[in-house]
Amino acid sequence: MSGLVIEPPRGRPDPAVTPNLHRAAAHWGTQRADARGRVDWEAWRELARQIRADAVRHLPELIELLEARVATAGGHVHHARNAEEACDHVVRICREAGATRAVKGKSMTSEEIGLGAALQGAGIEAVETDLGEYIVQAMGDRPSHILAPAVHLSAGQVANLFARESGRPFDPDDTAALVSHARAVLRQRFLAAEVGITGVNLAVAETGTLTIVESEGNIRLATALPRIHIALMGLEKVIRDWEGAAHLIQMLPLAAQGKMAAASTSFITGPARDGDDGPHELHLVLLDGGRSAIRGTPFEEALHCIRCGACLYACPVYRQVGGHGYGTTYSGPIGAVITPLLAQGADTDDLPWYSSLCGACVEACPVKIPLDDQLVALRARAHEDDAPRGEAALFAAWARLWSRPSSYRATAATAGRALRPLWSALARDGWQHRAPFPFSGWTDGRDARTPDPEPFHARWRSRRVGA
Amino acid sequence: MHSPRVQLFVTCLVDLLYPEVGERTVALLERLGCEVAFPTSQTCCGQPALSSGYPRESLIVADRFLDAFAGTEGPIVAPFGSCVHMVRHHYPRLYAGERAAVAASLAARTYELPSFIVEQLGRPTVGGRYPGPGVTAVAYHHECHMRYGLGVTEAPMSLLRGVAGCTIVEPVRSGLCCGFGGTFSLKLADVSVAMADEKLDSALQAGAEAIVSTDVGCLMHLEGRARRRGLPLRVHHLVDLLEPDGRL
Repeated sequence: MSGLVIEPPRGRPDPAVTPNLHRAAAHWGTQRADARGRVDWEAWRELARQIRADAVRHLPELIELLEARVATAGGHVHHARNAEEACDHVVRICREAGATRAVKGKSMTSEEIGLGAALQGAGIEAVETDLGEYIVQAMGDRPSHILAPAVHLSAGQVANLFARESGRPFDPDDTAALVSHARAVLRQRFLAAEVGITGVNLAVAETGTLTIVESEGNIRLATALPRIHIALMGLEKVIRDWEGAAHLIQMLPLAAQGKMAAASTSFITGPARDGDDGPHELHLVLLDGGRSAIRGTPFEEALHCIRCGACLYACPVYRQVGGHGYGTTYSGPIGAVITPLLAQGADTDDLPWYSSLCGACVEACPVKIPLDDQLVALRARAHEDDAPRGEAALFAAWARLWSRPSSYRATAATAGRALRPLWSALARDGWQHRAPFPFSGWTDGRDARTPDPEPFHARWRSRRVGA
Repeated sequence: MHSPRVQLFVTCLVDLLYPEVGERTVALLERLGCEVAFPTSQTCCGQPALSSGYPRESLIVADRFLDAFAGTEGPIVAPFGSCVHMVRHHYPRLYAGERAAVAASLAARTYELPSFIVEQLGRPTVGGRYPGPGVTAVAYHHECHMRYGLGVTEAPMSLLRGVAGCTIVEPVRSGLCCGFGGTFSLKLADVSVAMADEKLDSALQAGAEAIVSTDVGCLMHLEGRARRRGLPLRVHHLVDLLEPDGRL
């Protein structure tokens, strides 16, 4: 099973997470609406899409250029075909340096490859330093949102955790005290760490510069204090040049948080030089992990994703089931699209069903990925090899009947008239309390409308005859 | 555009479950000076199979739409935005070869009812009256395929503002999907119902006594849930309120 897939998807509303999630989503919605008023949003999206499309279309040459420039700047580049190779590289680099203490910046790619478990298995202590990630790690939990890993938890749960850690009580409303506790713990970890491990938001090929955005300052510490910096990046995060970078560095926080700029943006070109402070070694681990295979397919645009998390907050299904409901590293609409594409072998065919196809994700996406169309196409792809037999037979019969006007109208007459005795036995004011298969799932929670004994087709005919 | 000949695309759910919505659509279009034709060989646009992962079966049924309307002229109008989204958005992507040109030309002249009235006929309001005495508070539910898919939000609101006997309230998070989603409502029934509850609860909190939309799928889902919970909310298709004398 792929590291992307953690447990079977649950697909049920989770009342324990929805209040926190709904608060966060509402905040995101307000901020974003506000920020969108300040820029020409549609023009910005189109430009962002073009920058990402160019990068993915020319991926091999841009990766080659990036690799050369990183090397020129004094960094080392390691290629990983899959999760296992990526973890191996990170563990080997730590071992060769004799390092056992690491600090980690937030990175979904590290979640994707299961890096935490790999480091632990190798006896390397890696502490998450993003506040949300720190909380999730300390609780033995896992992130439920691309950008807001602890969005499913309440302040009360965090206060309890910190009280257990420190042996003194915390007021859940006293955010300053909570943050101050985490900061004090983390400062010691930063000072002791030999290795800093981070993700990469985008890598500028023309100069070999790794760009990382953040809100908390932990990335700056993780990439400045330890003597080794290991950056882990999915191949597709490369872009051609600084012109593109300048736009995406604004677009990412705008889409993610409705802010015109991230609190802090780090640009890292090689290790420290000429007696500067900072890491003496820089390693860039480039993960393929199934990404190259998506290029040139109808799903290529999924690689344009900049992991802003906007489609998660916008999605009404994510809103009900929460990130953990998907059972995967990447949740929400983009997770339902990329997980089946990346998870070779693992059974993820159910994920594209985690959508009502409303299209709110497409509207939210800053790089215009047609997520709804891709979800539809993935449903079809899943059925190519393995369609549920009963359902496939129903749709085949449906297509036969409804592709001929006479048999279509016969179906309508049967539903409305021939089954009338059945309907009227069960109906109240034209609504059914219980419906037969395949609609029984409907009536578990909803009354069902009774088919009309005189469909529109029949009414039109009698109107014509009567006229 | 004046007194055009309009091809009614009634859609299968309206045909089978809400035939009176089809009749009211005809009556309204005629009242606005249109001549309404109804190609009787139409069945369904094929969307249920496409969104359920059966594109081959979808095309077999979509072919019927092409055959039914290809020989007609003038605008094709439907009282159901989601089916129009199928024709306008998906047909050009589904069809290749010589059928592609037919699909594209049909897509270009297929409209949902509110946009057709407001933009093509140039009628921002057409009157209408909410039935019964007093003033009823109504919440408009933008069907997602119209809002997000076709980018239409203003036309139905414009028509609704012209209806007497009702006042429009705006629930919080009115852009959220109601949870119908075709076969999604059966596949993830619990999630679908939870989404309906959020929609219904926010409508009630806003003081709404009725929900109005143009998607009979959403209407069936929301009314079915409201009835099951015994909520004091009525549910109407927009065209129900556009009748001049307020009969329902």
